[in-house]
Amino acid sequence: MTLLRPQTTAVPAPFPSVVSQPYWDGLRAHELRFQRCAACNGITHTPSPVCAHCLAEDLTWERSAGTGTIYSWTMVWRPQTPAFEVPYCPVIVDVDEGWQVLSNLIGIDTDDVAVGLRVAVEFHPIADGVVLPYFRPVEKG
Amino acid sequence: MTHHPFHDVCVVGIHNTEQARVLEGHDSRSITRAAGYGAVADAGLTMRDIDGIVGQTGSDLLYEARIGPIWRSMSGLGIPPLLDAAGAITNGLATTVLIAAGSAGVYTDRASTAPWTRPAHEFVAPFGMFTAAEFALIARRHMEMYGTTPEALATVAATIRNNGHVHPDAVYRGRGPFTVQDVLDSRMVADPFHLLDCSMTAEGGCALVLTTAERARDLPHDPVFVLGGNTDHFGPAYQHPPAWDLGGNVRPDLVVGTVGRRAAEMSFAMCGLGPDDVDVCEFYDPFSFEIIRQFEAFGFCGPGEGGDFVMDGNIGPGERFPVTTDGGLMSFSHGGAVVQLLQRVIRGVEQLRHECATMQVLDAEVAMCTGGGAGALFNDVLLLGRSKP
Repeated sequence: MTLLRPQTTAVPAPFPSVVSQPYWDGLRAHELRFQRCAACNGITHTPSPVCAHCLAEDLTWERSAGTGTIYSWTMVWRPQTPAFEVPYCPVIVDVDEGWQVLSNLIGIDTDDVAVGLRVAVEFHPIADGVVLPYFRPVEKG
Repeated sequence: MTHHPFHDVCVVGIHNTEQARVLEGHDSRSITRAAGYGAVADAGLTMRDIDGIVGQTGSDLLYEARIGPIWRSMSGLGIPPLLDAAGAITNGLATTVLIAAGSAGVYTDRASTAPWTRPAHEFVAPFGMFTAAEFALIARRHMEMYGTTPEALATVAATIRNNGHVHPDAVYRGRGPFTVQDVLDSRMVADPFHLLDCSMTAEGGCALVLTTAERARDLPHDPVFVLGGNTDHFGPAYQHPPAWDLGGNVRPDLVVGTVGRRAAEMSFAMCGLGPDDVDVCEFYDPFSFEIIRQFEAFGFCGPGEGGDFVMDGNIGPGERFPVTTDGGLMSFSHGGAVVQLLQRVIRGVEQLRHECATMQVLDAEVAMCTGGGAGALFNDVLLLGRSKP
């Protein structure tokens, strides 16, 4: 029984690309953003220069409601590097708009994690102005 | 009779160097050279007979021996360059190709997981991802969809580790024997993977030599024929969420969770064989669940049946589909980023030569060797045989 918390030490910072920069800029503004195609309305993540559905190059950034469902999870007890405090819980979230994001789950006991849990995004700053999107369980509603 | 040009290509030389957690006095280049020269000697050849080379340090090898100018493939290691080499031979670009791999002195920061397990990509590194976590996200979906149990995963791990336990050259020889309960009792690394569900880290080298079937007749060992092979890739490993259901726009029926199916079907079609014709399954075993997944993806059993398949007495010594008979990545060796990708092929060749000191599959005629896995978004397949189809 351990409550999952955000990392508190200097975890590896992302190195955004030209294409992904708006995603990370959005997080700094506490917005979870995704790309939607103006041609087919499809959603693409991770950030890409082309629509993953119709290959159109007409993608625009939208703000996600930040809610979703746990699609898959693991609980890590042997960290990637000593920068990470264990346990931590990598998850893939089915975001409600219809896309998937990889994150860490927080705010729940390690024994209670399950596929299908309803979650919402929560923003946590790490070093140098970078903000990571974590997810936390929410009441079903 | 199904004909394919690959059937005129044979593996004629193989070699594993010493494998160890740490190989004192070696670096990647020196251990790769030892592997390459070993395979050439095993083939009854000299470096002067080699007119094609593959491997990260292949360029160094050919320069050192002054055997240039020769054909060189820039591709990575494991099954894809082997297929490149087979194609080069059938196309007349080369006659006798050396494929060599080796790694030593790379994993030194033991406080972290091995460097090849944690590429620094923006969408995974900040969340503490490494290979065990990537593959765990795949395994979890299967457990959720089909009720696959930790005991099924542990059955795979115990079986493969026990194969390595008795192998005289395995890094973890004598570490067992292991029961299913031993695996379940080992500490958790990335749920559902306990320590003993995961591959090890080690150092070592390995190499093999391919040539024409015609030339193989004059060489010392029983030739082992390339029956078929192909590779399935969905994109770069360890950058994007490793979702079981990630699919493509062209074949929406094929998803990451079944990666390898297309490659297996095409490989079997090249030689007119199917899963029932396979005598030994030298499957890539980065994590226990991947064996279960591959049996399903390749058509040995139906979707969701892999857990029961491995627990119903199919994969052990003397059973219908013995798996990873030298102990694989879990017990034989895992020499860095690429060496172990080729070692499944080497073990398949040993089985078909009928020269395994341990776990020899009686009268083995067809071996299926694989590399990669769903957590890395790729799976490569190779079929080898003692004779042409």
